[in-house]
Parts: sequence; structure tokens; C-alpha cells
Amino acid sequence: MVSASEDQNRRMLRARDAMDRSYAEPLDVPSLARIAYVSEAHFIRTFKETFGETPHRYLQRRRIERAMWDLRASGKPITDIALAVGFTSLGTFSRTFREVVGVSPSEYRTRTAGDVGPAPTCFRMAWQRPRERHGEASSFGEADPVAPDLVSRS
Amino acid sequence: MTNFNAISHSAIYVTDQDAALEFYVGKLGMEVSADVDLGVMRWLTICVPGDDRHVLLETPGGPGPSAEAADQLRDLLSKGALGMAFILTTDDCRRTIAELESKGVEVTQQPTEQPYGIDAGIRDPFGNYLRITQPAAVMGEFTPEVLEKYKADTMGMSD
Repeated sequence: MVSASEDQNRRMLRARDAMDRSYAEPLDVPSLARIAYVSEAHFIRTFKETFGETPHRYLQRRRIERAMWDLRASGKPITDIALAVGFTSLGTFSRTFREVVGVSPSEYRTRTAGDVGPAPTCFRMAWQRPRERHGEASSFGEADPVAPDLVSRS
Repeated sequence: MTNFNAISHSAIYVTDQDAALEFYVGKLGMEVSADVDLGVMRWLTICVPGDDRHVLLETPGGPGPSAEAADQLRDLLSKGALGMAFILTTDDCRRTIAELESKGVEVTQQPTEQPYGIDAGIRDPFGNYLRITQPAAVMGEFTPEVLEKYKADTMGMSD
């Protein structure tokens, strides 16, 4: 027998999986809320209660994590990487990257070039996610619970 | 010095053993290797047909964890926080995922080319995630050529 809270967790997880799967797409709260079968405001609030961060922050950290991987593992231009992971401008990407990771994308690439390994993608995605930098203001801008375009392209 | 032969059993948590059978046997095509009422618990194991590795489908509870701990386990499981259940191998990852999707299985990652083969991710009804891997011809060998190809292909990754 699945409890109401477990069912809610599972629906939030389904929406989070959608962000992991389609992080480069212009995701928005209405579509994610539909996946979770809840209203938009309820989705934002419940997602944060469930996973400890807003959908917007989760998606941003996922995109940065993917960009970190691409910077380490490929020689692609940084602009291409920014666009490939879902950002629409190099400026926004670079500013967000520095604020989350602590260094610029190019610095990060220089420091970690060639540092790739054989672990399955799911583990890389989980363990390479940048941690929140405590004590510093976040650039993510916490969610306005009624903003429908909360997680549209950065 | 230890002298082990193999890993014969491992266990994952599920919150409903009958629903677990619908998923792991009905949709994934695994088979029941033991289904025994021990009185204190239902010993329910599954395996890939022909394989000697068995997975116990265990429900949180019983005399082990407290009721509070069991509730915490159920909560973590439904949040997807208990980690990977196991990796299944296949000869054709893309076809397998297409078949599973047609059965309504949640695909968390579409088949992706990796140095170790082609793999994908799925999630069971309870929150466990599993990998489906089509091993490369040479497993675990990361030659400079393979890594170079990996780097070149990275931007095409769909994860």
C-alpha cells in the first residue's frame, strides 16, 4: 500500500527525471506540473519540500553539471556547450557557471582537461553536480511560486 | 584470505511485492527464482532467466528496522534516493528500451553511446533506478583511441 506522501514523492521524482532527461529543452513549470499531476504552485512548493531545492535551481545545477562534463571531455567551443545544455546566451551561462562552480568555464576546462572516466553516466551526473556554495548569494533567483515560466530557458 | 566464488544474492527494497512482480517479471521479463512464505516474511527472489544471480525483493519493515526507520526507507525509496538497484545487460539496448517504453516503463535516460557500450536508464514503480547496458566488445579497456572517440562523441550524448 502506497501512502499519500509516497505517491506524491513518486510524482515529484517523475518530474525531476524529466528535467534530467530533457535538461537542454526549454522546460517550463506548467509542463512539469502536468507530469506530476499537480497545480503549478503546488508543484514548485512540493518539489522543494521533497528535494530541498526549487525546480529552477535543480534544472540550473543539472545544466551546469552537464556543461562541466562537456568542458572536461570535449574540445567544443564554450558557446556551443552553453547552448547545448539549455542556456540561450554565453553571458548568462558564464555568469551562472562562475557563481555555481567558482571559476570561469575556461578556467574549469584548463584545470580538468582530459579528466574523464569509465563510470556510468548516471553516477557521473549524480556525483559531478556542483554543490551549493553556502554563505554566498545564489544567482538562481529563488522561485516565485506563481511565475509560470520559472524554468524556461536561462 | 577469502575464497569467494560469486555474488549469489543481493536485495532491493520494494513497497509492494505483487506490483514488483508485475514490473520485474511482467514487463522486464525476469523470472521468479523463489517465492516462499517464511511466516515472518515472503522470501521473493527474481533472476534473469538462466542466470545464477538472484535479487531479493524486500519490503521495508519486519523485525529489522523500526517502524520509524521503515517509514524513512519508504520515503527515501519513493524519492529515488536509495541509489541504483542493479544493471541488466542486453544484446540490443535500443530495441530493449523501445520495447520497455511500449509497455509503459519510465525511461530516465535514452540509450547513449559510452566507451563501455550503449546504456540507458529506467525507473521501477517504487523509485529504484536500473541501468540497461549493451556491453562494448571490449569491456573495461579504455585505450587512448576509445577515450578520444568518447570525447568526440560527448556532444552527441542525449543524457
